[in-house]
Amino acid sequence: MAKAYTPGLLVTRHKKHRIMRRLPISGDVRVKINDQVNAGDIVAETNLPGNVHPVNLANQMSLPPADVVACMLKAEGDAIALDEPMAQSKGMFGMFKNTVKSRFEGTVETISPVTGQVIIRGAPLPVQVKAYMSGQVVSVSEHEGCEIEADVAYMQGIFGVGGETQGKIRVVGSGHDQELTADLITDDMAGCLIIGGARMTVEAIQRAREVKAAGIISGGIDDQDLKELLGYDLGVAITGRENLGITVIVTEGFGEIAMADRTYAMLREFEGRVASINGATQIRAGVMRPEIIIPLESVPPAANEGQFEEGQLEAGRLLRVIRDPWFGMIGKVSDLPAKPHVLGSGSKARVLEVTFPSGEKAIVPRANVELIEE
Amino acid sequence: MTNIDPDQIKVILATDCGSTTTKAILIQYVDGEYRQTHRGEAPTTVEKPFADVTMGVVNSVTEIAELADRRLVDDDGRIISPATDTEGCDIYISTSSAGGGLQMMVAGVIAEMTAASAKRAALGAGSIVMDVIAANDGRRPHDQIQRIRDLRPDMILISGGTDGGTTGKVVQIAELVAPAKPQPRFGSDYSMPIIYAGNKDAREAVSEVFDEGGFDLQIVDNLRPVLERENLGPARDKIHDIFLEHVMAQAPGYEKLMSWTGAPIMPTPGAVGDILQTVARLQDINVVGVDIGGATTDVFSVFEKTFNRTVSANLGMSYSISNVCAEATMPNVLRWVPFDMNERELRNHVKNKMIRPTTIPQTREALMFEQAVAREALRLAYKQHKEFATTLKGVQQQRTVGDTFSQQTSGQTIVNNMTLDLLVASGGVLSHAPRMHQTAMMLIDAFEPEGVTMLAKDSIFMMPHLGVLSSVHPKAAEQVFDRDCLVYLGTSVCAAGQPKAGKSCFKYELTGDRTASGEISGGEIQLLPFEEHETGTITLSPARGIDLGEGAGKKVQRSVRGGTVGLILDGRGRSLTLPEERSSCQATVQGWLDALDVYKEETEPVGV
Repeated sequence: MAKAYTPGLLVTRHKKHRIMRRLPISGDVRVKINDQVNAGDIVAETNLPGNVHPVNLANQMSLPPADVVACMLKAEGDAIALDEPMAQSKGMFGMFKNTVKSRFEGTVETISPVTGQVIIRGAPLPVQVKAYMSGQVVSVSEHEGCEIEADVAYMQGIFGVGGETQGKIRVVGSGHDQELTADLITDDMAGCLIIGGARMTVEAIQRAREVKAAGIISGGIDDQDLKELLGYDLGVAITGRENLGITVIVTEGFGEIAMADRTYAMLREFEGRVASINGATQIRAGVMRPEIIIPLESVPPAANEGQFEEGQLEAGRLLRVIRDPWFGMIGKVSDLPAKPHVLGSGSKARVLEVTFPSGEKAIVPRANVELIEE
Repeated sequence: MTNIDPDQIKVILATDCGSTTTKAILIQYVDGEYRQTHRGEAPTTVEKPFADVTMGVVNSVTEIAELADRRLVDDDGRIISPATDTEGCDIYISTSSAGGGLQMMVAGVIAEMTAASAKRAALGAGSIVMDVIAANDGRRPHDQIQRIRDLRPDMILISGGTDGGTTGKVVQIAELVAPAKPQPRFGSDYSMPIIYAGNKDAREAVSEVFDEGGFDLQIVDNLRPVLERENLGPARDKIHDIFLEHVMAQAPGYEKLMSWTGAPIMPTPGAVGDILQTVARLQDINVVGVDIGGATTDVFSVFEKTFNRTVSANLGMSYSISNVCAEATMPNVLRWVPFDMNERELRNHVKNKMIRPTTIPQTREALMFEQAVAREALRLAYKQHKEFATTLKGVQQQRTVGDTFSQQTSGQTIVNNMTLDLLVASGGVLSHAPRMHQTAMMLIDAFEPEGVTMLAKDSIFMMPHLGVLSSVHPKAAEQVFDRDCLVYLGTSVCAAGQPKAGKSCFKYELTGDRTASGEISGGEIQLLPFEEHETGTITLSPARGIDLGEGAGKKVQRSVRGGTVGLILDGRGRSLTLPEERSSCQATVQGWLDALDVYKEETEPVGV
């Protein structure tokens, strides 16, 4: 499951991560507390009630609805096969009987004397829930699901398409600011998670699909390329159910934008390891961001905790500007004026002063920056 | 619930628990009238780790208490009531849209008739309508059932058939819903509430369909007892009851909150609708209200005492900005921008706003682009509203020989911009525009009012609070609405028709607190100073073929009121058309913006 959004995406070398794996309706949980599971293992399964097919027998047999019940050859609860006779009219003097055969396989659920309609329910639809993340089962809710926990390296992206998948991390290109193009993708990348640097092109994504890569991750993407990939213009950022055969994660945003140094360095460090990713993004109440989860074999030594409090804007903190005119630029907070400023737009807003590596300074609304954890 | 004499209510505390912020206001009886005196706000605490909505309520109320120097919360964290001279309030009321508000699915037999009436009832009660299922909606039955299964509404409203008519069709609709076994959005331990408001003769058969369990069937009077009349009240009331009993009761802390309030908690949009209806009734005017948010745009209207509300689900300024650009098309958005922009960069810019919805425009160009998007979002939302707010469809028309040349059919829109008296704006892009001239211009460009129309904005999004108050104390609600809630932007005088460019469109003469006279040419827009609290009478003499309220070419006299922007005289004609050629369009729009002083540089900007 992806995490709730806080300003500044979470990118961490280590965290104890817990996910809930839940069935859509009551069913069987196949694991016990303390079981070790792999990402691809099935942890719970159930059967969804089958599809429902209404059949208007009154119309088909040209009978008043109330007469349909008497003509039925099957009762409520009876199983019925494809092409099996379902109802038969009385005919005249026992002749000219009209028989209606079932066009569906399933069970007769209801026979309505008011509308003359028969409802046939199809075979149950099996649903399996996989572990998604390798780890240990730490709790089980009977008939509902379980929780899995693991020590992981964890990275949130900003936007993605496609659902849960796993694969081996494979970094292509030479740096975090190199564009991810089709020529960097080779046939031996089937099942892999391809990691690029800056903007990924639609040709690169198509090539990754061709070689059957599980996922592709890079800093940016052009909206026009996304439109070409999806086949429609994405209006609202609720994604995850696309059936593209590949999961795409953008770590920074739309346009020419390089992956954050730290994210890139971490992915490079874990090259060759198996990671779980999910492109599902939901930018409304209960925000979800795409995620990259890399289970760790051992807990790394406690890193030197950053000198700053989490989520707190302070002088010296590294940040990225996330809106024009300095979109994508990274710098450090050099001042936090208390009073609101009048912006170029004429609006009054609380701002901060940022100093870019070139030494150039700029005043930016606090709403237009994102913290980068160091 | 308290039963309190309205005359004894002198201190009113009201909150609106939104998805992100809980906003509280204090209303007091001062010098013989009700005034909003203080306000406070705090983050909503319905989500974990707090999971108790009353914490946010207490925080926002505590802020007011400090500002007003009046103790409002006791040591146990409860709101103090009744009021004394120094502490407490006489009544506490609240609205809520936390957790995504009220979400419903509605069903009817005929999409344009009973299903449309059911949709009106649900929207009027303040709900989001997730889908409308009807026998003639073009979907096959199994697709309809699949859709019902996929949705997780808070409740379902079923209508269909007139009283005494055939029962088969509406029972058939019930037979689609029952086997789909829809699951409620919150809580797995309560049954899906179903409201049946259809043909009364089908009640028994419908009850049998839902007999099997898993449903909580509630039967109310038919919302369309005869084709010629809607009876939405009982269904709306039942929706509110279920909202309180089931939906709110599932939300963390709401049971406690409900025990504090002196009137039932209402869904926020339902309350906004109520205050607009109250004002329209008390002042005998036609009103349109709009609330444009990040994800959705709500439009409310009261024309000739008939209320309508629509929610345009994916027309908004942040989460849905990309959808606005897709629906309106980029050329339509860009026609409002008087300079060139790179389309590829713009598309990326829009998507970046969508994925980081809390960012704000820093440069004037970015602001102008966002306000261009807002014009299109509002235009599309109003178009949808006009298509929905119609006379009842399916009503038989009796025609005489005199009707030969006016073939009016049923289902005509009742929204008439020429008879619109008051247009009220709320929502970030309108309420927080750096200059109120920008708000006024966005309203005129998007809604295209005709004749004489007052423009206003909701100062601090107080309409929900006043909506609930109107159910307890309509007089207090109206007084606060007029004196504190609305910021009057001014009056617009807009010519309907197609005036010739450069030729006289109409002459005007203003008398009263300020005098002025002159002529407006076709294609021209002008702003006259006319300040808040100034009033007067305007006499308008339109050119041939131009209508300002009394018919083409006919003289008009109206009372007008000033505002923070002034008196806007619009000779651009209706419907508003812009030149197709890009550079000519830019020049035209720039001329209009200059004439209204829309993007005046007020202070030395920084950071550009």
